[in-house]
Amino acid sequence: MRRLLYLLPFLLFLGVGVAFYLGFERDPRDIPSALIDKPAPTFDLPAIPGQPVQGQLGAGGLSSAKLTGDVTLVNVFASWCIPCKAEHPVITRLSREQGVTVYGINYKDKPEDALTWLSRNGNPYAAIGADQDGRVSIDWGVYGVPESYLIDRKGRIRFKHVGPLTPQVVEEQILPMVKHLRQG
Amino acid sequence: MKRVLLAALLALSTLAPALAVQPDEVLPDPALETRARAISQELRCLVCQNQSIDDSNAPLARDLRLLVRDRLKAGDSDTKVMEYVTDRYGDYVLLRPPFKATTLVLWVGPFAVLLLGAAGTFLFLRGRRGVAAGADTAPLSADERRRLDALLRKDD
Repeated sequence: MRRLLYLLPFLLFLGVGVAFYLGFERDPRDIPSALIDKPAPTFDLPAIPGQPVQGQLGAGGLSSAKLTGDVTLVNVFASWCIPCKAEHPVITRLSREQGVTVYGINYKDKPEDALTWLSRNGNPYAAIGADQDGRVSIDWGVYGVPESYLIDRKGRIRFKHVGPLTPQVVEEQILPMVKHLRQG
Repeated sequence: MKRVLLAALLALSTLAPALAVQPDEVLPDPALETRARAISQELRCLVCQNQSIDDSNAPLARDLRLLVRDRLKAGDSDTKVMEYVTDRYGDYVLLRPPFKATTLVLWVGPFAVLLLGAAGTFLFLRGRRGVAAGADTAPLSADERRRLDALLRKDD
């Protein structure tokens, strides 16, 4: 019994050590969103100025009214953001092959740069809102592009991913969540 | 000459903490600006996480500084402005975490450890004093007493 008591400090140290070690695995940049399970912010963003309207996806701007009815993904992107280019094929696949409606918020971008970027890389977005001063994105709690939000049928934010979407995130988190939210 | 130079250097050093706040952000009303500065110093920049938005040159920090000033101009109280930002970014943006259920360990933890240590020390010391006072040693037998008396008398 007494010997066990002498072991106590060692065990305590071991516990603290394990806790700290696990802390290394966590990404300090991954800040939990304050908006999970809350309604998406109310906003009305114009289309990217100069975007051709006819026969083009992404015309007409984006407002919170569009975010109800079906499960949608809102993706915050910019032409100056390198990881956005990396996740672009993943988003394109999600929108064209995996049947998820993807909306875009173009964050603090020059209109001509954004349009060039879209015509070069393809436009998977059903609609794009241009957030030139970044105010609406602050309402969404955006702190670094790219960020993606999954919105349920009632227009509530259910999931947030910071950083580029990868095929793994889509397969393991986004698609199962979309399936679950469509049933609910 | 040396003294003048020193004075000049000292005067310069007060300007040294280069301000992230740009001249075009500063509000014309000095009272509002003072409040804006105080609020900005409490808010974490989410891009460079250990700086306040008042210190940081990140574009998002600038946007948030402008936002804080806009809210103040709109007539919000200081707590209202803080709420506005925490509603969007969570408690994480506060450089001084609030006292509530989820932060209990953070605030109470150190005191709990201190108390635990104090209790441990107290118990340990009390145990030792017990040994010193001979609480767990048997009293001398008659034979031992006689030998001790003999030894003590020898010295006289």
